[in-house]
Amino acid sequence: MTALVELMDYDEVIEKYDPVLGLEVHVELHTNTKMFCGCANVFGGEPNTNTCPICLGLPGALPVVNAKAIESAMRIGLALNCEIAEWCRFARKNYFYPDMPKNFQTSQYDEPIAFNGWLDVTLDDGEVIRVEIERAHMEEDTGKSLHVGGATGRIHGAEHSLLDYNRAGVPLIEIVTKMIPGTKERAPEVARAYVTALRDLLKALDVSDVRMDQGSLRCDANVSLSPKTTGALGTRTETKNVNSLRSVERAVRFEMTRQAAVLESGGEVTQETRHFDESSGSTSPGRKKETAEDYRYFPEPDLVPIAPSREWVEELRLTLPELPWERRARIQKDWNLTDEVLRDLVNAGALDLIIATVEAGAKPDEARPWWVSYLAQQANTRGVELTDLPITPAQVARVIELVNTGALTNKLAREAVNGVLEGEGGPDEVVEKRGLKVVSDDSALEKAVDEALAAQPDVAQKIRDGKVQAAGAIVGAVMKATKGQADAARVREIVLARCS
Amino acid sequence: MTNDLIHATAAELAAKIHSGEVSSVEVTQAHLDRIAETDGKVHAFLHVDTEGALAQARRVDEAVKAGEQVSPLAGVPLALKDVMTTEGVPTTVGSKILEGWLPPYDATVTRKLKEAGVVILGKTNMDEFAMGSSTENSAYGPTHNPWDLDRIPGGSGGGSSASLAAFQAPLAIGTDTGGSIRQPGAVTGTVGVKPTYGGVSRYGLVAFSSSLDQAGPCARTVLDAALLHEVIAGYDHMDSTSINAPVPPVVAAAREGLSGDLSGLRIGVVTQFSGEGYQQGVARSFEAAVSQLKELGAEIADVSCPSFDYALPAYYLIAPSECSSNLARFDAMRYGLRVGDDGTRSTEEVMSLTREAGFGPEVKRRIMIGTYALSSGYYDAYYGSAQKVRTLITQDFAKAFENFDVLISPTTPTTAFKIGERANDPMAMYKADLCTIPANLAGTPAMSVPSGLSDEDGMPVGLQIMAPALQDHRMYRVAAAYEAARGAFGGPSL
Repeated sequence: MTALVELMDYDEVIEKYDPVLGLEVHVELHTNTKMFCGCANVFGGEPNTNTCPICLGLPGALPVVNAKAIESAMRIGLALNCEIAEWCRFARKNYFYPDMPKNFQTSQYDEPIAFNGWLDVTLDDGEVIRVEIERAHMEEDTGKSLHVGGATGRIHGAEHSLLDYNRAGVPLIEIVTKMIPGTKERAPEVARAYVTALRDLLKALDVSDVRMDQGSLRCDANVSLSPKTTGALGTRTETKNVNSLRSVERAVRFEMTRQAAVLESGGEVTQETRHFDESSGSTSPGRKKETAEDYRYFPEPDLVPIAPSREWVEELRLTLPELPWERRARIQKDWNLTDEVLRDLVNAGALDLIIATVEAGAKPDEARPWWVSYLAQQANTRGVELTDLPITPAQVARVIELVNTGALTNKLAREAVNGVLEGEGGPDEVVEKRGLKVVSDDSALEKAVDEALAAQPDVAQKIRDGKVQAAGAIVGAVMKATKGQADAARVREIVLARCS
Repeated sequence: MTNDLIHATAAELAAKIHSGEVSSVEVTQAHLDRIAETDGKVHAFLHVDTEGALAQARRVDEAVKAGEQVSPLAGVPLALKDVMTTEGVPTTVGSKILEGWLPPYDATVTRKLKEAGVVILGKTNMDEFAMGSSTENSAYGPTHNPWDLDRIPGGSGGGSSASLAAFQAPLAIGTDTGGSIRQPGAVTGTVGVKPTYGGVSRYGLVAFSSSLDQAGPCARTVLDAALLHEVIAGYDHMDSTSINAPVPPVVAAAREGLSGDLSGLRIGVVTQFSGEGYQQGVARSFEAAVSQLKELGAEIADVSCPSFDYALPAYYLIAPSECSSNLARFDAMRYGLRVGDDGTRSTEEVMSLTREAGFGPEVKRRIMIGTYALSSGYYDAYYGSAQKVRTLITQDFAKAFENFDVLISPTTPTTAFKIGERANDPMAMYKADLCTIPANLAGTPAMSVPSGLSDEDGMPVGLQIMAPALQDHRMYRVAAAYEAARGAFGGPSL
């Protein structure tokens, strides 16, 4: 049940207010082990199987920092053009919640490992906006609560709750932007583009699975409105549970229209945490807290300070891979793409897939059409992102290779791809199972052609009379008879030869 | 025979067990019998692990019989403070909130003891969560001082020290956050050592105040303490604050000290720890100790450490602050006590009811003080200032150690007080740790060695010896030399 919320027309919002954004992104690192113990860091798994005295916060257990997580944090910081702290600590953020075993979260507070950076974000039309990064800090994830018996799956109205601590202690990096003003009507788009750019960057760094649907990338969107008349900063809300790129955009847009309606009716925006509902596209207030939260931060006495040497920082800087924007510039030049084509590929989420297909052996011009047309259609039909289609760039490259060697026709190639998408195995396996081999045996084709000519004597006569275009009907009949497994060009050659 | 076994030192017992003169099972049984006979009066133990102890003793005996090389304390019994986790053996930390909890893992100290063949007799009583100086704050009733059953055995590790004084065990493990090894050692006439912070792993030590807690050896002789120190000390990758450096050569230092020569050694007497509030008998015992150290060749002079005057207030901000966070995990959700979970109450209510029922008054007091001290708006004035005092104390130590090899003071201002005497006066209780707290704040090693009995009340008095970080061996040398010169001072009759 969602209470009716007054919303203002979007154009009117933009006329009267300037939106100010702030984005907090939590990234789960895909290190082998957790932040402070040796438990496996894997998504899923039977509840409470990847746990130990440390991540369960048992009495007496102590944390030890995962060096790989520090390294990943620093690489993220460097890729975001941040300064890397010469000395920093963890702190304890104290609050009671059952999914947090120690009832404090070990997190960095006023001494983040990376700070003062920026990320250039390209919008759909190619405009580039520089988003300033306040900080990137390390912390540990909490466990997961499963609330049973309520209508919404939230704690309200639940009969009981189950706790799974597999996620407790998974390393997280929180990346916080500075206030992002001046985005005007493009605020929702900027929010989405920022998270997209960050996701691509983190993927290139190979530090996280960056799966929003699995929670390895989570975005909290802070939105406030500043009245154009006064220019004063407005009260912000923080929207959580934004689980897809599209939701980021929708959540920001919804909050803008909701807050404007509140202000318009003479009300005040309440500073609060709100919850985004994917199905309705709306936000609703989180649980009201009776008292102001005081986390009583203090330096974590169980951990020693981290003081990365400048040599280490410079070593890590050298390990940074080609970053997404550098890669795009290189690809554009190498493949000689116009700005427009490049942008379309990027916006379709196809560029990295095409690059990977090319790296697997295909030519750019061969790889591109697959991803931007046929596979894009398939993704659309299935309602998934292109990247989430169950086919790998290497498999697409193999299909292209089979076409190039004449083993598959374009039509058969699409059928092979369909088989892969249906989970029937790799391209070669599908070709084998579905019997998709091109009929390249000329004697078999000649026989089929002769039969077709015999079946349509009038057409055969026309061809003999020199009406070459009539050959199409015979080719079609042969293709039908061979269930499409013949090379149409070869069939045509045979037809013409037989009728000459 | 039994009488000989329970009065022997750990070193003597080890020699006899390893030579086959006596079995570890016999030694262990003698101590188990002694516990059965005396613990009704002393109440040093919360849990006696008869089966586990005898099983370990049998393993050692078999190894000795097979001619295997065993470690120096193999087969010798020990009393373990109930603050260290023991796999499958109750660990209550003196609190109702952990009643019935069976830890699924061993503390590093526990593991090292087991690996060294030490026989763990059981778990000893303590002030709840190590908060207290008398063991009266145990949720399971107080421990009595074997020298006078009406008096406290010190705290928080009163159970460990009392078990030594009562000849229930020749060795014990304590933990020292503000004096919880040294003060009980002093008032029971036993040796208690707080090693350099980070010298002994804290993994599996149920935390009171993480930046202060330090486990250490307790024994009736300096050499025994040194032997135990070397078993439990050393770098542990499970504890980030553990020091990655060689263990100070404390056994060699204790043996060297037994030669009785301290010539050229510079000893500073901390002037802050004397005068008003110091019992006459304690002061006289201390003066006698100073004279004996001079006779051994030491050069002794006064040294002032002005910041030490602020150690107690700083401690009572830092320790409660850390404890308020460390004890947050006891929330009924995963282990231990669970109160009020009748299906009608919310998670918060169950947490709250459990904590209300499970924690004693002193623990609650400190959680509240700590919560307050860390709250936004008060942090700088309280926790922040206390950390500055801590820095000043560390600097005072450093300055003093420029001119002195070790510093000395009485371990406690008074001998053991009567049970109940200070129960309603927290400030009077806190003052028992006046002399011991600076070493915790600075992370430096300190120990208490008996300096005989007070001529006023016949109760034991302790001499505190403090050394610079990682120089633990210095104090062992001084303590061993002093111990030999001091001579025997009798024992309690039970």
